[in-house]
Amino acid sequence: MLLIPCPWCGPREDDEFTFGGEADFPRPAEPEALTDEQWADYLFMRDNRRGRHREQWCHTAGCRRWFIVERDTVTNEILGAGTYGGSP
Amino acid sequence: MSQPFRLDHGGRVDRDTPLQFTFDGRPIDAFRGDTVASALLANGVTLVGRSFKYHRPRGIVSAGAEDPNAFVQLGHGARTLPNRLGTVTAATLGLKVRHVNAWPNLEYDLMSAFGLVAPFIPAGFYYKTLMWPRRFWPLYEHVLRHAAGLGHAPTAADPDRYDHVHAHCDVLVVGAGPAGLAAAHAAVQSGARVLLVDEQSEAGGSLLSTDERVDGLPAPQWAATATAELAATPGVTVLPNTTAFGLYESNLVLLAERLRTDQPDDAGSESGARVWRVLPRQIVLATGAHERPLLFANNDRPGVMLAGAISTYVRRYAVAPGSRAVLFTNNDSAYRTALDLTDAGVPVAAIADVRTDTDGDLPSEARAQGIPIHAGAAVRRAHGRGRVAAAELCSLDGAPLGTVECDLLGVSGGFAPALHLHAQASGPTEWDPTLAAFAPRPGSGIHPAGAVAGELDLAATLRQGTQAGSAAAAAVGCSNGSEPEVPRATESTQAPIQPYWLPPGDLAGAKPQFVDLHEDVTLDDLRLSLREGYESIEHVKRYTTLGMGPDQGKLANPLATGVIAQLLGRDPASVGTPRHRPAYSPVSLGAIAGRHIGPLADPVRVTPMQDWHEAAGARFENVGQWRRAWYYPQPGESMHEAVARECLAVRHRVGILDYSTLGKIEITGPDAGEFLDRVYTNAWKRLRPGRCRYGLMLGEDGMIFDDGVTARLDDQRYLMFTSTSNAAPVLAWLEQWLQTEWPDLRVYLTSVSEHWSNIALAGPRSRDVLAAAGTDIPLAGRDFPFMTFREGHVAGVPTRVFRISFSGELSYEINVAADRARHVWESLVDAGRPLGITPYGTETMHVLRAEKGFIIVGQETDGSVTPSDVGLGRLLSRRKDFLGKRSLSRPDSVRPDRKQLVGLLTDDPAQVLPEGGHVVDDPGPQRPLPMRGHVTSSYVSPVLGRSIALAMVSGGRAALGERLYVATLHNDRWLPARSCHPVFYDPAGARQHA
Ligand SMILES: [Zn+2]
Repeated sequence: MLLIPCPWCGPREDDEFTFGGEADFPRPAEPEALTDEQWADYLFMRDNRRGRHREQWCHTAGCRRWFIVERDTVTNEILGAGTYGGSP
Repeated sequence: MSQPFRLDHGGRVDRDTPLQFTFDGRPIDAFRGDTVASALLANGVTLVGRSFKYHRPRGIVSAGAEDPNAFVQLGHGARTLPNRLGTVTAATLGLKVRHVNAWPNLEYDLMSAFGLVAPFIPAGFYYKTLMWPRRFWPLYEHVLRHAAGLGHAPTAADPDRYDHVHAHCDVLVVGAGPAGLAAAHAAVQSGARVLLVDEQSEAGGSLLSTDERVDGLPAPQWAATATAELAATPGVTVLPNTTAFGLYESNLVLLAERLRTDQPDDAGSESGARVWRVLPRQIVLATGAHERPLLFANNDRPGVMLAGAISTYVRRYAVAPGSRAVLFTNNDSAYRTALDLTDAGVPVAAIADVRTDTDGDLPSEARAQGIPIHAGAAVRRAHGRGRVAAAELCSLDGAPLGTVECDLLGVSGGFAPALHLHAQASGPTEWDPTLAAFAPRPGSGIHPAGAVAGELDLAATLRQGTQAGSAAAAAVGCSNGSEPEVPRATESTQAPIQPYWLPPGDLAGAKPQFVDLHEDVTLDDLRLSLREGYESIEHVKRYTTLGMGPDQGKLANPLATGVIAQLLGRDPASVGTPRHRPAYSPVSLGAIAGRHIGPLADPVRVTPMQDWHEAAGARFENVGQWRRAWYYPQPGESMHEAVARECLAVRHRVGILDYSTLGKIEITGPDAGEFLDRVYTNAWKRLRPGRCRYGLMLGEDGMIFDDGVTARLDDQRYLMFTSTSNAAPVLAWLEQWLQTEWPDLRVYLTSVSEHWSNIALAGPRSRDVLAAAGTDIPLAGRDFPFMTFREGHVAGVPTRVFRISFSGELSYEINVAADRARHVWESLVDAGRPLGITPYGTETMHVLRAEKGFIIVGQETDGSVTPSDVGLGRLLSRRKDFLGKRSLSRPDSVRPDRKQLVGLLTDDPAQVLPEGGHVVDDPGPQRPLPMRGHVTSSYVSPVLGRSIALAMVSGGRAALGERLYVATLHNDRWLPARSCHPVFYDPAGARQHA
């Protein structure tokens, strides 16, 4: 069980949350300008880092806000949490 | 004669409260305070089971949760509990206990013929021998299932109730032995909220079986006082009969609390349990240690017991587990057992100690008692069949030292910390050479203390527990400023142990020597595993099934580490142990499920018309959590007949459908139109208020994710309908894009699925029904055209009526506040009765939409289907970007041989194609057959008087009319069909515009 610190609700059990994969994969501003390879890169390729990992979580069964968690993928230790666009 | 092995005095049992239970139907006399195991031993019952593979007789080995043999079945019928350990189950009045693994009975076991015919089944036997020939598998399986009995599941639903408890505390102390009690006291003195749990019915742990004193009191008395004080302190919870069985990330701890352990229930079993989910801020781990067995031939004979367990039975339960003992050890602790036995009047015939130096305090005391001590000696073999009759001693170089008669053979190979919980959560461990075992290092928020930390001396354990308790309290900011007092006991010194894994030289060849008693894994099995290259401890485990029993290898694994290390000539630290996994000991499934069973296992969602549907005799189908009316058979009608009647009613007259389950999302805000433009493939900003449009939503991979109609309620407000099963995923999808990518858009999403019920009227007379029910909405075609909606009253209730159609007929979908829906539904049914209105269910809905070639997301599509694949390319806007658009021009998305939606008409109109059936060009002899596609929907169409089907067929759209064959589940039976345009009925769409 992970205790996930929702920036709005505080630490809650992970079964209230939905995992949204790696953070920092913004949607390209002009998809049509991209090559197939570049688009596929955005669509399918993720870094799958060992260690510190910035990832998206949604407090689905709570405030329903998406936010960013930094987690160590080896120890599962949660190193911090932040919001999209600054403080809650 | 009752309880012939009960000692005359002493022990913690309540001799004033005798009770009786049964073992295999035989009455067993016991006292309150006994476990099943102690009572069996008091009655001279040593044989409690047969082993897993060889059906060798097996007896009680330990006095705790580590026992590999004492698994029994409790109770009977619906309340029966398999795989409970007699060593931790309180003996209660009327309890019915049975052995679990002997057939036909314990004394005479047919299956031990296994042992006679093929004396030892090598590891890997199951894989190697039983893999081939396959046709014998059912036979093997039958025999093995009988052989591998591990108790019986209940034959009926458990009538008992189980609960889950969620709890928080500052400090959780696991284990109420000396370390745990001291830790709990120290933490409480610091002002921490403490939860103290222990798996036994009485707190005290090892204090209950020692003659030492704490703070001047006999140890058991000190334990009782200390526990009572804790229990009386506000903010402290003491849970006996509670096993901490799992430790997870964030230090979540799961506890299994066994209730009703000391009072009989109807069935005489100890069912009824609670699982606690505890999130402590700090944990003191005081789980003690398990004594290690030692290897010698026939080391599995009943009567071979752990030395510490013998002391426990003597001191705590006042039971002599035998009448003449031999002890075999590599450390000092067995000498205490020798003294305990001597005290109890049980002669100790010999002690074999592998060490040459046996001059410590305890050995000297034993020697002074006249107990024969053989230094540098080992037990080579146990004699006796149903029970130990003698121990054959030898020196470590193999020289015989004679055979000593005994019916009790106590062994001690040292102590391995019970670090299971710690290791489950990947807590750090390290090899401790003074213990010859792995010990935990303090982990994040975890404080090991006492035997689990490798401390075997009582005084030091009390000190360590106190320190751990105050450290844990301090870590959560609790302190009363003074050092907590340490309970006092006499310090003692013990000589170091001498690791003894493999019997030296020739001794190691004596057979059989069991490493894992539960799984019948022998020393030879480990050797074979290593010889065949399975050297990693995890591989050895999988190859031999080492430690895979319900005892989780508590005794076997620490022993195997040393044995494997020695066989490989490696350091045990590098061998490691198999991964520790929850549960520490068996937990009943009922307790894990708690109240989440039956109707509470998963919410059941029903619409406000549910009672009406039931009264109308509807059959239901589950759609996600929804229960939806499937069809409404009249008396004597088959499903097929009912659906045909409902379909024709809609096509010729009028039908009424409860479509309340559709997802509904209100989308408001100045940028709502822009938002829809981004998430839907078609254009929305210019849709006029009052109008509706069908939309397709794609994933970024360009594949269809959901579809449905969205209406523009007013300038800044839209109402989106989603498919029933996608209501929640679509909302989540929209929210994610708004929050993470487009926070600048001023758009608000509100799920209104449950607020609005939805009643669909469909069929040429639906307008007449609506009029007859009474409405202020002008219904004429020019006033209220197709793909628009109107607000107004129906049957006196405010509604929003949408003129949209999923049947291809003139149709109205009436949205009404859920609490008025039943009234509107009944009013429509009443008004429609003269017109022959017919309620119809989801099956008819599916047939009607298939006749029109309308797709269902998840049926025609499967996450790999683009809009063009299903002929909806016209909905793809060229003038704007939308989610998934870029993917539609990827080379794979434009392949001409992609599977495309077509209709299929069988040559024989009476044949109905199987849904999911593979579509091929030619079922000729070539194998494998190239597959063209698959059938996605298939029905009898009553209005067409024949079968119809939809299919996804590679390159199908360009080849309409081609000859295809569809596979059936019967070999070599292929159904011929021709492809066609997927709209079977009213291709011009005139009827819905009527
Ligand atoms: Zn939240």
